[in-house]
Amino acid sequence: MKRLPTRTVAASAAVAAMTALLAGCATGPSEAELDRQALAAVQASFRDQGIAKVDRIKQDLGQSACSTDKPVSDAMAERIAAEARATMKWPTGGQYFGDFREGERIAQSGRGMTWTDPSTATSANGGNCYNCHQISKTEISHGTIGPSLYNYGKNRGVTDLMAATAQPIVEYTWMKLYNGKTYNACSSMPRFGHAGLLDEKQMAHLMSLLLDPKSPVNQ
Amino acid sequence: MLADGNPADLFEAKGEGLWKTKRGPKAATLEKCDLGLGPGVVKGTFVTLPRWFADTQKVQDLESRLVTCMETLQGFDAAEIAKTRFGQGEQVNVTALATWVAAESRGLRFNLPQGHPEEKRSYEIGKRVFFFRGGTHDFSCASCHSEEGKRIRLQDLPILTRNPGDGVGFAAWPAYRVSNGEMWSMQLRLNDCFRQQRFPFPGFGSEVTVALGTYMGVNAKGAQSIAPALKR
Repeated sequence: MKRLPTRTVAASAAVAAMTALLAGCATGPSEAELDRQALAAVQASFRDQGIAKVDRIKQDLGQSACSTDKPVSDAMAERIAAEARATMKWPTGGQYFGDFREGERIAQSGRGMTWTDPSTATSANGGNCYNCHQISKTEISHGTIGPSLYNYGKNRGVTDLMAATAQPIVEYTWMKLYNGKTYNACSSMPRFGHAGLLDEKQMAHLMSLLLDPKSPVNQ
Repeated sequence: MLADGNPADLFEAKGEGLWKTKRGPKAATLEKCDLGLGPGVVKGTFVTLPRWFADTQKVQDLESRLVTCMETLQGFDAAEIAKTRFGQGEQVNVTALATWVAAESRGLRFNLPQGHPEEKRSYEIGKRVFFFRGGTHDFSCASCHSEEGKRIRLQDLPILTRNPGDGVGFAAWPAYRVSNGEMWSMQLRLNDCFRQQRFPFPGFGSEVTVALGTYMGVNAKGAQSIAPALKR
């Protein structure tokens, strides 16, 4: 690097310092300060209404880390996944399955947990599944935010729900329904089991809808 | 989009009447209301809101600004109006006024000012709120509105992290909703988004709702306004 005369260096340093100062003024609050102000704005802007209380905007680890347009770090993703695994509950008595017809009814329902709903009981809730996924071929009114689940079990080679070969996909699907953050830290999918949106029986019905070879999904 | 026969026309006409009618404890009209381009100027204001207002020392959206004018010029109680449910009392009039003000900018392109530090800050807060995950379902605005070409059931979802195109998203509200026969302002549109996100209740004109307006409005720069639109 070419050496500059001392006076020029001093003058450049002074200009650089002034520029930095001005830039500091022009750019306003730092990113971290804006993050803090945004949280304060959220806390000041919402109030309780019916069953929807302000505790719902108290974020847990994953909600907070995934509140950005940037991907989370591998270390954070692993922390979120580890927390999800640690709180995973398997179905009582290994009852993974129910009735796919009931599952279809739950998948169709988008109800529950808004401030216009009377109760937070799981019995009042649907799975919202069709809002985001294609599931049965006959239902053409389906969303596209999530992947198609048509032929979900068939595509994964499930011919007998009780077969040992089906066990890994059965467990995977349960975990995905219970808390999908186990696999994808910032998944868009609600944590139906973890958040108490659906009970074990309702999830078992959805398991049948997705995996039962007799379900319309797998025809 | 239907070329004519939008019932929003009725709200538009009502809004224009309200603007010019002496009302409230002070029996005054709103004709001296400053929506950002000077007292009494209506045309062109809709596509520049939310923006900074020196008198209130706040960034305000169309509806919160209208309520400020109703308080300062007509003597209404702004806090009382903010507490009133949508579709009731003075809120009905705020929606009609917003519909008319929006209609006066029909065909103009969004160009929100971002010169004031508070306008920039509002955008940055709005962006963070847009990505804020919470509630029972972990949803944020971005869950539905950050990817191109997504749907809920058969309903197309506008992408709101950039200009979604003419007359889409922010450039379409207020809108008359055929499904429930109601005129919906942007404040009510956002309120119902939060309801469906399973969030608690956002205050009318609260910082979060105005900042989201700034975020969507700035992102929509150059988009042509078709408000008041006709919606499903």
